[in-house]
Amino acid sequence: MHREELAALAAEHQRHLDTFAHHIFVCAGLGCPGNEAIVAALRSEIAERQLQDRVLLRKAGCMGLCALGPIVLIQPGEIAYHTVSPDDAAEIVASLDREPVARLRLAPDLPFFARQHKNVLALSGRIDPEEIRDYIAAGGYAALCTALATMRPVDIVRCIQESGLRGRGGAGYPTGLKWATVAKAPGDKKYVICNGDEGDPGAFMDRSILESTPHAVLEGMIIAAYAVGASQGYIYVRAEYPLAIKRLRLAIREAERRNLLGHAICGLGFDFTLQLRLGAGAFVCGEETALIESIEGRRGIPRPRPPYPAEKGLWSSPTLINNVETYANIPRIVERGPAWFSALGTERSKGTKVFALTGKIRHAGLVEVPMGMNLREIIFDIGGGIPDGHAFKAVQTGGPSGGCIPAEFLDTPVSYESLNELGSIMGSGGMIVIDETSSMIDVVRYFMEFCMEESCGKCVPCRVGTAQVHRLLTRFLEHRATAADLAMLEDLCDLMKHASLCGLGQSAPNPVLSTLRYFRQEYLDRIVPAEPATEEQA
Amino acid sequence: MPAQESIESPPEDTRWQLVDRTMQRLDHRPEALIETLHAAQDAFGYLDSATLARIASRLRLPPAKVLGVATFYNHFRLKPKGEHTLSVCTGTACHIKGNDRILAWMRERYCLAPGDTTQDNRLSLVEVRCVGACALAPVILTDGAITGKKSFAETTTIIREWLDDAP
Amino acid sequence: MSAPILTLTIDGRQVSGLASETVLQVAKENGIAIPTLCFLEGLSATGACRLCMVEIEGSPRLHPACVTPIQEGMTVTTDSKRLFGYRRAIVQLLFSERNHVCAVCVANGHCELQELARAFGIDHIAFPCRHPALEVDASHSRFVLDHNRCVLCTRCVRVCGEIEGAHTWDVKNRGIRIQIVADLDTPWGAAATCTGCGKCVHVCPTGALAEKGKSMAEMRQKRPFLPYLVANRAEERK
Repeated sequence: MHREELAALAAEHQRHLDTFAHHIFVCAGLGCPGNEAIVAALRSEIAERQLQDRVLLRKAGCMGLCALGPIVLIQPGEIAYHTVSPDDAAEIVASLDREPVARLRLAPDLPFFARQHKNVLALSGRIDPEEIRDYIAAGGYAALCTALATMRPVDIVRCIQESGLRGRGGAGYPTGLKWATVAKAPGDKKYVICNGDEGDPGAFMDRSILESTPHAVLEGMIIAAYAVGASQGYIYVRAEYPLAIKRLRLAIREAERRNLLGHAICGLGFDFTLQLRLGAGAFVCGEETALIESIEGRRGIPRPRPPYPAEKGLWSSPTLINNVETYANIPRIVERGPAWFSALGTERSKGTKVFALTGKIRHAGLVEVPMGMNLREIIFDIGGGIPDGHAFKAVQTGGPSGGCIPAEFLDTPVSYESLNELGSIMGSGGMIVIDETSSMIDVVRYFMEFCMEESCGKCVPCRVGTAQVHRLLTRFLEHRATAADLAMLEDLCDLMKHASLCGLGQSAPNPVLSTLRYFRQEYLDRIVPAEPATEEQA
Repeated sequence: MPAQESIESPPEDTRWQLVDRTMQRLDHRPEALIETLHAAQDAFGYLDSATLARIASRLRLPPAKVLGVATFYNHFRLKPKGEHTLSVCTGTACHIKGNDRILAWMRERYCLAPGDTTQDNRLSLVEVRCVGACALAPVILTDGAITGKKSFAETTTIIREWLDDAP
Repeated sequence: MSAPILTLTIDGRQVSGLASETVLQVAKENGIAIPTLCFLEGLSATGACRLCMVEIEGSPRLHPACVTPIQEGMTVTTDSKRLFGYRRAIVQLLFSERNHVCAVCVANGHCELQELARAFGIDHIAFPCRHPALEVDASHSRFVLDHNRCVLCTRCVRVCGEIEGAHTWDVKNRGIRIQIVADLDTPWGAAATCTGCGKCVHVCPTGALAEKGKSMAEMRQKRPFLPYLVANRAEERK
């Protein structure tokens, strides 16, 4: 599809959409169970009133406020309804030309929506993710067609470098630099991989993006492939995300049908094919080299680095790996220019970041804010604070590789650097709020159990270290620990951090280390006077 | 080799067609293994030794390698599942919101630990690491249908009603 | 075949090696011993045991010498108080993982794990031993596999796949539950792919794989076959 054809299709579909006086969007994400019944009830209500020509009902992606779902959005008017049930359908349809249904309506100025800055999530909940024309009418694939027609690969790499975008999967490596390395790496065959193996067990940014705007991820990948000179790509998605997989399959097929993927994309001399690969439940596959092993059909065991995937990755060819949110950022950066992006955020952390705000928080859901917003604003203003009269105790960021941040640092602006300084990490964007009813040791032992079960078992410090640390934490939890256990805990964490082979083992001690730093008293309170140590002979 | 024997007597099970198609789509290359295991599990519900042996011979892979891959990933089951499956999410948000109590209750009431199936083959209990519906925590799935935002008492009632184990 | 020659410093000594060589190889050529366990000359290196970790000037991380290629001008430290502490802890973790009882082991006196313990002055295990209940597979007519003594170095897996070409062995499960496995978790004696060559038995660093009928301290591994096979294969295929 040429640029002109794309523009024509966008205009035609927009004209079609404009013939409807009202648009109803029902959140049809995994986080809004029961949405099928609501869609069915609304559909029959519309049919009964013979409003099919005036009202367009669409299943949309996530609107973010999952705690109050299912959410239904009416346009024009930006009227959002919460906790909708099929029984509300009649009232909602009846109200379309009149006053909104007050008892269901979310306050238009609710800070949850008003304080966010949506960029990656801008179209989420506002288009039908299973309809490529919706995405195109909203300006989708224009960045790709423009880039292919008017920019050289080096121009795109420079654009991403100047934007200051950093990887949204965890470590925050500069995306443009990664692209430049792969682009420069010698080799005829190169690959582009999208890491959708969202492993943090408390985060769902990538699931939501893939379910809500799958085409944005594809578009970002195709642009990346053109920029680095890759002709083949893979999207690796968790098998636990059936809806995301279904919508991605459909999106790939639709994009191929419209010549946005495949041979001579946009009628120009660039070929790129994309395949879906299902993960099978292994956190370690979020690690780049383990992910490559898995795509090659093997156990997801990390390889020693160097060589890095940028030089020697999939089938020993130069390979670019970015995460879902990183790719979803690309089309807008290319379309609006690097300066637009770098104007958002902090000195070294640019743009916006999507967070999955969960745990003991009133407005649990998915939020997108500019980098640099402080934790208090995210948790108390947007998130609505802690429910049931409880007090904030800590926020856990970065999942099993991250740390727990106590109340005294709530005013910290969120950036890669600030979270590292606090002994945590940005991670992929999981933010779990913990109140005073939870024991930090229980939370930490939970993460260590997770790492123990998810360790691939290859290297000794991670394989045996996680098991030993888990055992020690259990002793603390059961008030059976000794002062010697505390010293051993610290030694083992130091060993794992420095001697493990991959990021999983190296960062597994982070939850322990951060709680030893901020909640040490909880450990000390559980130490019993030492009994004579038992020694075992080799 | 056991792998060879299964070629001589191909199971005339039509469910193999889907699995064979997956292998064909990927040219029977070694990297087809994980996709093929997915297809086989979708077709048969779990992966038994005969299935693994046949896949190994079709993809010309060492049996030990196929077993190594099948046991590495959580998603693959080497034992059959019961008629019904209760999945309890043990993601972080669900842990904080008390899903460990549901697991303890399942152990107490039905003598089931994660991964187990009842003797009458009626119910399997599965622990899932985050289905990505963290805002609904604590989350359980009854035969794949998601339920969330319920108290411990409400959840146990839902499970008992679902199992016709009237409270 | 003409890789450039690079110069570097290992433990304060100026040494040189081919660009294709690793830190471990160059150190060994120069008589500098770095402790290893999973590494075995003739097999691919995996960097799994982490005993050969060395410090490289200018890098905050530690690097496994067996898979780290040498670089011009690099300065390597193979022994320090910190490295000694880590290596000692790793050996102790291995002892704590399974059931290692030297006194009744066929490999007593010829065991690499035991030698490492001696080298690091380990006279007791600081960590609580896990004591997992593991099986002994004595189904093979000539050999026996005792999981209690396995350190999961995967030398057997590699020699079987890379040298013998049988790939009878692999690893099942993951994390602390990993285990060496034959075919489809088949008893060794029934594993159809096994040629009975016994290479795995002779590369095992401990008494996990042994010839049958050996009693304690009688199992002596024959090692020279491996470099011989590697060299001879290259020659025969010319």
